[in-house]
Amino acid sequence: MEPILQTQNLTKSFGHLMAVNRVSLDFKEGELTSIIGPNGAGKTTLFNLISGKTKASAGKIRFKGDDITKLAPYEIVRKGIGRIFQITNLFPELTVYENVRVPVLARKRETSRLLSLDRSLRDVNEETSRILGLIGLSEKSDITCNALSHGDQRLVETGVALALEPVLLLLDEPTGGMGPEETDEMVKFVRGLNENRNITIILVEHDMRVVFSISDRIIVMHSGGVIADGKPDEIQADERVKEAYLGR
Amino acid sequence: MEKSRSIIWGKNRFYGVALALLALVLVPFFLSDFLVVFATEMLIMVLFALSFNLLFGYTGLLSFGHAAYFSIGAYGTGLFLSRVSPSLLLAFLIGIVFSFIVAFLIGYFCVRLDEIYFAMLTLAFGMMVHAILWKWDSLTGGADGLVGIPRPKFSILLATIEFSSIPGYYYLTLVVVGICVFILWRVSRSPFGLVLKSIRENHERVEFLGIAMRRYRLGAFVISGTFCGVAGALFAPFERSIAPDISFWTKSAEPVFMSLLGGTKVFFGPAVGASLFMYLREIISGYTELWMIYLGAILIAFVIFLPGGILGFISDKLNAGRRGT
Ligand SMILES: Nc1ncnc2c1ncn2[C@@H]1O[C@H](COP(=O)(O)OP(=O)(O)O)[C@@H](O)[C@H]1O
Ligand SMILES: [Mg+2]
Repeated sequence: MEPILQTQNLTKSFGHLMAVNRVSLDFKEGELTSIIGPNGAGKTTLFNLISGKTKASAGKIRFKGDDITKLAPYEIVRKGIGRIFQITNLFPELTVYENVRVPVLARKRETSRLLSLDRSLRDVNEETSRILGLIGLSEKSDITCNALSHGDQRLVETGVALALEPVLLLLDEPTGGMGPEETDEMVKFVRGLNENRNITIILVEHDMRVVFSISDRIIVMHSGGVIADGKPDEIQADERVKEAYLGR
Repeated sequence: MEKSRSIIWGKNRFYGVALALLALVLVPFFLSDFLVVFATEMLIMVLFALSFNLLFGYTGLLSFGHAAYFSIGAYGTGLFLSRVSPSLLLAFLIGIVFSFIVAFLIGYFCVRLDEIYFAMLTLAFGMMVHAILWKWDSLTGGADGLVGIPRPKFSILLATIEFSSIPGYYYLTLVVVGICVFILWRVSRSPFGLVLKSIRENHERVEFLGIAMRRYRLGAFVISGTFCGVAGALFAPFERSIAPDISFWTKSAEPVFMSLLGGTKVFFGPAVGASLFMYLREIISGYTELWMIYLGAILIAFVIFLPGGILGFISDKLNAGRRGT
């Protein structure tokens, strides 16, 4: 089967620093892949390249066979690649409802309506309410996001991911700053997206317990390059990985 | 409970708007000509401030060059009336279309930048427009500007209405400003308006929701500039003479003051701010030439002690009250 996402010699340099160095990877549809590696390995930069936030210095990115290397972020999202950020990144003074509503409007291509009253779009309203129910924030829908707890803000983030209905979802450290219970919830949520909705997932995660329990495949990055790539048990046994990373 | 309260709240708002409209319609019956003229100018400035705030309060872009679109609307209308044809409808259209085009051209470059860089670029373009209006003697009358702009009859189809009288022009202004404010209000409540607010909150994230962020910024810029152009178009036959000072950067600062005074995050905030600004200026300038100092001091006090502006403060109080009970 053709890979859903493919990077070919993908490279990003900042001056002399090769943040991502000739990375060639294939991702299969429906798989849950984790990317691990020490701080500064280039994981976030790789996500920035795929989502169009930064432009590649060299190499190519293909999504479902199309070259997306030079597309703008909004075009990449429209093709079906969603992203949840490492740092919570909401619209702080908008309500929970509005935060989820904007991506619903965007996916339904309703954002350019200039004169229709926002509340009159019934299918958008229903979809927004449905997602708020799924993430369990219906009760808090009128609260502005800056008044939410950190955990609830992460939940809004997941609501946004649902609203976008991506084919491929990039998650950068989704459990960052979470306690053990919240982490379990997040793991369940991510697994649900992958198994029930068949969303292909690429996950950057530092919690090894999570990584080894959830992943179909693990990629290890170090200094901008890939040093190992395989099933969880293969990675666990890999000498180089132990040396560079796990062994610490 | 929550619901019943919001219905009462909605009803109150409806009665509030109806009452305000009634009061505005009755103005010429009860006030002197001097005050009707003052009220006409106030309405024009209300439109100027509200359209400015679509970009400032809603989209989060502080323009220091909005006098450009106001004055292009004014000069377009004034030039057409004095040099081409005394048709008010056509003259308005010309002024508005010109400000639309100029807002589009300037906005196209400006929306690529953020924050202070955006503000500086709008300021620079605004000064260019000022320089052109000032130096292009043969077209604009240079430093003297346009004098003796006619205020002709207004004909639509077969009906002709007289607008040369003070109350006549007041009503024309009231209708045009009313329609424009209604449109702006709808825009602020539309899906497009929600996208503008998200851009204000976090413009980078908007892109990652699949929205072509710059196009929305440009849309806001053009709508904002065009409605400022409408305000300018109304202003030319109102003043009957216009000079390049209406495009100077101090004029661009006025809607900034007005919005901050009244509140940038509440739709009608800038309308309240514009009215208060004009009132204060009128009162203070009657006493002293140094009115700018006093007005400036008042504004500083507002920004420090009432950062959400007058309506922002009131709506916070109301919301707190509703939540508290
Ligand atoms: N915008 C940038 N400018 C300069 N250097 C950067 C930039 N972004 C990332 N880097 C550098 O690139 C390397 C990889 O960073 P990053 O992708 O954030 O790593 P990771 O997410 O794996 O911790 C780091 O050395 C980092 O300092
Ligand atoms: Mg990172």
